[in-house]
Amino acid sequence: MTFLEVIFYLLASIAIISGLMMISIKNPVQAALWLVLGFIATAGIWITAQAEFLGLVLILVYVGALMVLFLFVVMMLDVNITQIKERFTAYLPLGILTSIAIFAIMYMVIGPDRYGVDQMPVPKSMPADFSNTKLLAIPLYTEHAYAFVLAAVLLLVGIVAAITLTLRRRAPSVVLYQDIDKQVKVQRNDRFKIIKMDAVVEEDVKPIDEDEEGKK
Amino acid sequence: MFDALQGWLSGYIFDWLAILITLLVQAIVVIMPLMLAVAYLTLAERKVIGFMQIRMGPNRVGTLGLLQPIADALKLMNKEIILPSQSNLYLFILAPTLAIAPAIAAWAVIPFNADGVVVSDINAGVLYVLAVSSIGVYGIIISGWASNSKYAFLGAMRASAQKISYEIAMGFALVTVLMVADSMNLTEIVNAQKGGMLNWLWVPLLPMFVVYFISGLAETNRAPFDVAEGESEIVAGFHVEYSGMAFAVFFLAEYAMMILISFMTAIMFMGGWLSPFEGIPLLEDMFAWVSGFIWLVLKVSFLLFLFLWFRATFPRYRYDQVMRLGWKVLIPVTIVWVFVVMIMEYFKFGPWFN
Repeated sequence: MTFLEVIFYLLASIAIISGLMMISIKNPVQAALWLVLGFIATAGIWITAQAEFLGLVLILVYVGALMVLFLFVVMMLDVNITQIKERFTAYLPLGILTSIAIFAIMYMVIGPDRYGVDQMPVPKSMPADFSNTKLLAIPLYTEHAYAFVLAAVLLLVGIVAAITLTLRRRAPSVVLYQDIDKQVKVQRNDRFKIIKMDAVVEEDVKPIDEDEEGKK
Repeated sequence: MFDALQGWLSGYIFDWLAILITLLVQAIVVIMPLMLAVAYLTLAERKVIGFMQIRMGPNRVGTLGLLQPIADALKLMNKEIILPSQSNLYLFILAPTLAIAPAIAAWAVIPFNADGVVVSDINAGVLYVLAVSSIGVYGIIISGWASNSKYAFLGAMRASAQKISYEIAMGFALVTVLMVADSMNLTEIVNAQKGGMLNWLWVPLLPMFVVYFISGLAETNRAPFDVAEGESEIVAGFHVEYSGMAFAVFFLAEYAMMILISFMTAIMFMGGWLSPFEGIPLLEDMFAWVSGFIWLVLKVSFLLFLFLWFRATFPRYRYDQVMRLGWKVLIPVTIVWVFVVMIMEYFKFGPWFN
């Protein structure tokens, strides 16, 4: 067994185990963390398949940003775990049927008939300093430039839509808003004023005569 | 040297085991000095801030307090690790590990000198550092959630939002660097800056240099962006429930990340191991004996000093201002500068075309 094979089987078994754990574990936060582990293992497999750019971007985008936001939401939710688990057995047959159907479709599309070992040529082994980042970048920005720009515009529309849906300004009497530009621009003279006063000598306070206090 | 070790080992054992052992030895060669540097960085921090506040700093253990980090480490190791009864124990113990593992793993691609003194000289080095250091946020999130404490949870929420925001600015700053250097390999980025101080990338990319360093401060949760552990607001943030060595591991991770950010800044913007006197007639010969590694360490020490200096100087940002700085100031600046560099690159107009 070569070193690469050891790494491959290790990462593949981690990916499968974490995928199974993700769908079977009770706690949604832990399920999200298993999914993260699955992403990392998959990224490792991609890197061993000489797709280091895709592997690193998978970690950077999905693990480093997307799953963090996902966890953010899941942690804030007050999920009742027993409620989620209640109908598990009732939905189990339907779930199994659906997963078998999805697996069958995937097998037909990407099964050994089309992408088997005998169908695909062995990929060329590249030298260690071969950069597939440039290889990806040049067709992406030349041949597929329109598709690239369209995808970017689509994402922009998504961002604008998401922001408009959540943006609401309430009356200043309900919520106090901070105008940070104003706060940053504030000068000393806006906040307080130094007043010159004449020095006044105060009169001494008369000492209280204790005997007289007692008489009253 | 390591190839020789691997060749010698594979004569006796399986090939894959030989590779594994060689990799482990390489990792130890990088990690041991790193941990030592972290230990003495804590001492330097206390000394520097002490002098800035006209105090002595630690001076009891050993001469000039030089054994203070060792004493600290021994103390923390002997302390009990308290496990909160309502917490999620597996994740509670896993969290410090997840914090330190990326902070150490990222060192695999950092070159320390010319002629390939680097564990793994991969061609997507910049991307690797960015990707691996982005995993570090999980240590903080998980520790905050698993502690079952409101303060820890608030710290985790703050940290995750802050890290994601500043990663974008950091990424754009890196994009300009690799556009100018025309490579993602860290060794080649340094080689692209050859020819004296004015050829280093901090000159054409000065705004990016500033943005990268500020984002680095925010990424490592250092003052003035240490809202994740703001003592005055949320006690100590995400690690409030941790004690003993579990707490120390978070500390090690934070300082290892500081050193990593300083190394990255030095490599990408300050010419890495290149001598600052390159091309200056007399000085170049006078300092020819200084090895590149020493120049790199000097640059990194200066940047680390900046980290400590900022901590002693600036008050902590308010949380909404941290977010505003990241999203409304740094990201627009980086996007504009990406376009500026793009146009300069297209018209072959730039100081790097000589």
